[in-house]
Amino acid sequence: MSVKAMNLKTFKGGLHPPDGKHDSATKAIETCPLPEELVIPLAQHIGAPAEACVEVGTRVKKGSLIGKAKGFVSVPVHASTSGEVIAVEPRLHPMGKALPAIVIKPDGEDCWDENLTGADPETLSAEELKSRILDAGIVGMGGATFPAHVKLSPPPEKQIDTLILNGVECEPFLTADHRIMLEETERILDGIDILRKVLGIDRAVIGIEDNKPDAIEKMAREAASRNIEVQALEVKYPQGAEKQLIDAITGRQVPSGTLPMEVGVVVHNVGTAAAISDAVRLGRPLVERVISITGPGVNTPKNLLVRIGTSLEFLVEQCDGLNGDPAKIIMGGPMMGQAQLSLEPPAIRGTSGLLIFRKQDLPRLESGPCIRCGRCIGVCPIHLQPTTIAAYARLDLFDEAADYHPLDCIECGCCTYICPATLPLVQSIRYAKAAIMAKKRTL
Amino acid sequence: MENQLYLSSSPHIHSGETTDKVMRKVIYALLPACAVAIYFFGLPALMVLLLCTLGCVAAEGISCKLQGRNMTLGDGSAALTGILLGLNLPPSSPWWLALFGAAIAILIGKQVYGGLGYNPFNPALVARVVLLISFPVQMTSWTSPAPLGSDLDAVTSATPLGAMKTAVMLTGKLPELAHSGFSQYLIGNMAGSLGEVSAIALLLGGGYLLWKRIISWHIPVAFIGSVLIIGGIFWAVSPEKYPNPLFHLLTGGLLLGALFMATDMVTSPVTDKGMLIFGFGCGLLTVLIRLFGGYPEGVSFAILLMNAATPLIDRFCRPKIYGQVEAKV
Repeated sequence: MSVKAMNLKTFKGGLHPPDGKHDSATKAIETCPLPEELVIPLAQHIGAPAEACVEVGTRVKKGSLIGKAKGFVSVPVHASTSGEVIAVEPRLHPMGKALPAIVIKPDGEDCWDENLTGADPETLSAEELKSRILDAGIVGMGGATFPAHVKLSPPPEKQIDTLILNGVECEPFLTADHRIMLEETERILDGIDILRKVLGIDRAVIGIEDNKPDAIEKMAREAASRNIEVQALEVKYPQGAEKQLIDAITGRQVPSGTLPMEVGVVVHNVGTAAAISDAVRLGRPLVERVISITGPGVNTPKNLLVRIGTSLEFLVEQCDGLNGDPAKIIMGGPMMGQAQLSLEPPAIRGTSGLLIFRKQDLPRLESGPCIRCGRCIGVCPIHLQPTTIAAYARLDLFDEAADYHPLDCIECGCCTYICPATLPLVQSIRYAKAAIMAKKRTL
Repeated sequence: MENQLYLSSSPHIHSGETTDKVMRKVIYALLPACAVAIYFFGLPALMVLLLCTLGCVAAEGISCKLQGRNMTLGDGSAALTGILLGLNLPPSSPWWLALFGAAIAILIGKQVYGGLGYNPFNPALVARVVLLISFPVQMTSWTSPAPLGSDLDAVTSATPLGAMKTAVMLTGKLPELAHSGFSQYLIGNMAGSLGEVSAIALLLGGGYLLWKRIISWHIPVAFIGSVLIIGGIFWAVSPEKYPNPLFHLLTGGLLLGALFMATDMVTSPVTDKGMLIFGFGCGLLTVLIRLFGGYPEGVSFAILLMNAATPLIDRFCRPKIYGQVEAKV
């Protein structure tokens, strides 16, 4: 199928932030060297943090289990190189506070744990595949870090018919998924085959934004023989948000307050699919990932294959250091990423990008009154009225705010991005959401 | 390094399109209409525009100072209100009328409600209506155009809509000017307020706003469309008594109102559906006032009445939220 002949699909709402990807989109993935120490947090996923199963002095290999999953919505954590555990203590986490972590001093050998063995997915049952995915600590690598095995365990009454692979990468600046699709096409497709087997379905669609024609072309060429579809999508943020992606590809709307499985869909990131291939075929857990280190504040933007636990500072050094004084350090993209206290925190499983802005790259901060232009409503991919929710939130009128469905907000940030009065709309909505959730819990 | 980092939450970038830039673009869009007004009505037109603009800016500045509020002159909204007010006044307006109107627009039309964003009514229209009711003689003293460089003198003349109302009231029939001379109306060679005369200049500015996406098509299309359709129905029923819809379109303040006044973001609905209802209401009221009301022109009153209905329209036109559906599978 020729790429040009494809109809571009999309959703209603959204906007076009500056793309910022040109600095790193053409840079092939490089392997980041071993740092002096690796700080591996036990909480790298949505759900209960893992429980440390090593102590100071324990010698570990690459891929050795160092934290056990605690509960169903949880995943294990593994050593990302061989060496010695030198501390089990709270360290500064990308979330902005000190959280329990295992600190490893690498021995330089970087040798894999010999107990890890691969298997041919053809010979394994769906349950065996799923337990390998859980044991490998696979989480959603687009940034949400939802445990993959949970998404693959729909209750029997939910009939799944479509697997969607998210190769949209709609966040400006980020190019990690783009590079993975170009350079690791085979691993992604192998992961998709495994996912289809686990779910017991045939239909798999890879959604890719039209600003990556080379990735669309390569994926489409190699996916055709495996009966995997590639769908080109209109370039529009937040095309890669799960609900918007499902809407664009299937035309189905995930009912408010439910998961995609409600409409028969499971969505995984393309990077997650590649990690699943390694988990099954090689028996290797998720101990490294590709990260775009970019933005005007770094000298040489790159896409690096990084061991989990490598400090952000070390990553910046690999990119020839900082360009000027940093004013904002962002883990993730500029629309939804998290501002960091410093370059001390480690890269974790959900780290898709490290973005550095200088002062002149940041928007002005003072806000004016709402002029009721309605742009926030026009761009909201959920079709909420952000300015109304925000106005109630500013007055702490949470019952009134709740009438406007703030809990459906996906926090994509379109409203704040577009607001001419530079009001912190999504920030006010988050505030309302937190207050409404807190109230629900006490009822 | 650490203590110089910003930690605000996402998003970390902004479109760069801020309120002052929006206001500035609307002002640019009004420049062609201002130029045509100055061409046709000469120095008095320039004086009216300058007095209104400076009056509004001064009123805003003094008001902010007295109330101890942040100075809001930088957002450009006061200057915009001044230009719009000037375009709504007769070219022969005395200086005190322009200044008084400017004070009304900013103080009564805007600042008493809390300033930009909180006023329910379009400030320039509030001022126009206050002036119309308080100073009917000055507000309805129209002059025929005397283009710059021509040796014509400005003489007193009725607006086309005014002449039509008088003729219909006296004779029960439309005057000749309601049937012909449309090309002159198109370029603005007729008596009227500064900004209502040139259809071409207004369309140029309106097109620029649509192109720059400052306004959406919903209000202008619904407003003008409903005037054409409703006016057209009356015309079809009785062409002797009711004017051609093109006459409605090209005379009076319809284009100025539909493109620049009704589209005022603060005082119009925020959703597409709401804007269509708002525009339709403006069009219906305009035709009814023009054909059956006491005043020859109805655009200002129509927009103000619909401004009052805006909160209600917004309440009933909430967008359909993603996910408010039953599961399909």
